Amino acid sequence: MGELTLDLGAVLLLALGLKGLAKIRTARTANALAALALVLAVAGLLIQQGLDGWPWMLLGLAAGGGLGALLAYRVAMTAMPETVALFNGCGGMSSLLVAIGAVQLPSALSLVGQISVLASVVVGAITFSGSIVAMGKLQEWLGTPGWTLRPQRHAFNIATALACLACCVLVLKGFSLALLPLTVLSLLLGVGLTLPVGGADMPVVISLLNSYSGVAAAAAGFVVGSELLIVAGAMVGAAGLILTQVMCTAMNRSLTSVLFGGALGAAGSSTAGGESAKEEGYTNVTSCSPEECALTLEAAERVVFVPGYGLAVAQAQHSLKELARLLEQHGVAVSYAIHPVAGRMPGHMNVLLAEADVPYDQLIEMEVINPDFPRTDVVIVLGANDVVNPRAKSDPASPLYGMPVLEVDQARSVFVVKRSLGSGYAGIRNDLFELPQTSMVFGDAKQVLQGLIQELRALGVGKTAVAGASH
Amino acid sequence: MSTDLGSAEALWVLLLGSLLGLELIGKVPPTLHTPLMSGANAISGVTLLAALALIGAAPNPALRLLGAVALGFALFNVVGGFLVTDRMLAMFRRKGDN
Repeated sequence: MGELTLDLGAVLLLALGLKGLAKIRTARTANALAALALVLAVAGLLIQQGLDGWPWMLLGLAAGGGLGALLAYRVAMTAMPETVALFNGCGGMSSLLVAIGAVQLPSALSLVGQISVLASVVVGAITFSGSIVAMGKLQEWLGTPGWTLRPQRHAFNIATALACLACCVLVLKGFSLALLPLTVLSLLLGVGLTLPVGGADMPVVISLLNSYSGVAAAAAGFVVGSELLIVAGAMVGAAGLILTQVMCTAMNRSLTSVLFGGALGAAGSSTAGGESAKEEGYTNVTSCSPEECALTLEAAERVVFVPGYGLAVAQAQHSLKELARLLEQHGVAVSYAIHPVAGRMPGHMNVLLAEADVPYDQLIEMEVINPDFPRTDVVIVLGANDVVNPRAKSDPASPLYGMPVLEVDQARSVFVVKRSLGSGYAGIRNDLFELPQTSMVFGDAKQVLQGLIQELRALGVGKTAVAGASH
Repeated sequence: MSTDLGSAEALWVLLLGSLLGLELIGKVPPTLHTPLMSGANAISGVTLLAALALIGAAPNPALRLLGAVALGFALFNVVGGFLVTDRMLAMFRRKGDN
């Protein structure tokens, strides 16, 4: 009776936790509630089954929990996408191992139990290897090998999937040894599905893998006959799917095209072989020094920053905040325009800027800020590219066509901070760079921002505010 | 392992759990996309229950070790996931908050 109460309490807390995580005011409490829910669930289970095998439990607790806590406290906020991917992969690995273990138990499994074992193994393995590949790509340990973008990869993936299916049939027929090749093949499938995806499509994959780990947990719930596991896994799976949908909508792409269409625009560019051709294509590009940019900024009343993955790579969030504070002291209205898929995971820019102590109410969503660009004096684009490309609206032939973008071309002047004129991740030409109101400021985002701060100080921007305040 | 769950009953639980998840999340502000994802990610480490059940039911040390490894992976996910989510959420503030 006691364990049933604990289980029900845990489900209730999990539901409240998940709901609370969707609202800013309640999110932190909600996260704690969800953690408490898992503690209750463990208590309920231990009351039911006793402490048999406790040294092993303690071993798992010390190793896993200890390492998890260590990583969670020590990891830099800029490394958050790969950290989330790593945690996620480990959840999948756990479901995989549990399912393999459950087969070795003396008690025979029902047909549903067997199917659940297979689902848990396949989804768990895909989650694990997929997440590890995603982590490797985010850490830049792994690139996107050319062969993964060729159509043959579909043949590879389909063959692997069919082989998985064959192994599943064998297991159901009683050859439980086929679980071993099934595990290996599923791991390969996870690699094959994730390796070709990159760049701007990363947020979709990360949230999809997150959803998979929930599905794997639910499958493990069927294996061990735990309602709590099934409910919790199903909730996570559904939540992950919603987030995946939000990301796909933000790119105007279907989930299938992200998963099977390869990198955005890569189909054309890899065969036409034209990175250099594209770079040459730019004419009429104006570039300017931080000094000129600072002069324009000093005279502005309304400035909008557009952060992208380049800001995270350059770790320039603190410099950006410093520049913003300087401008605010000068009486400039500063805000940040956030595209839903800017960065490499859902909400990446929000976390990055929060770390630099930027208040979240200065971060404005695309739909809200777009009508404001015509009355914006200066837009500074920092390491973003495709999400500000006007072609997405004007050129039906562009692979970006239809993707909602930040309409920065409506602003009076635009500065694009970029290392070179190289095309963005997707290899698509950006018309913004050639507009008369656009100037390119070449350089590393952090160095350019530091340069701007110095130039503004030299113009007396910080000082006047201090002098004004002392009157 | 634990009590044998009727298949039909378990499928109902799956269906209702999925609907609950879809209903609970609904519209999420972009600021919370990452914390929601990593919080949900931590919850998915709930497989630790299955790992504990495996350790409890295992007849030999090899299987118990497998259970312990599974438990380790799950707890890495759970503990790390919740802590890192909390760290992120602690950073979010409005203008003028302290």
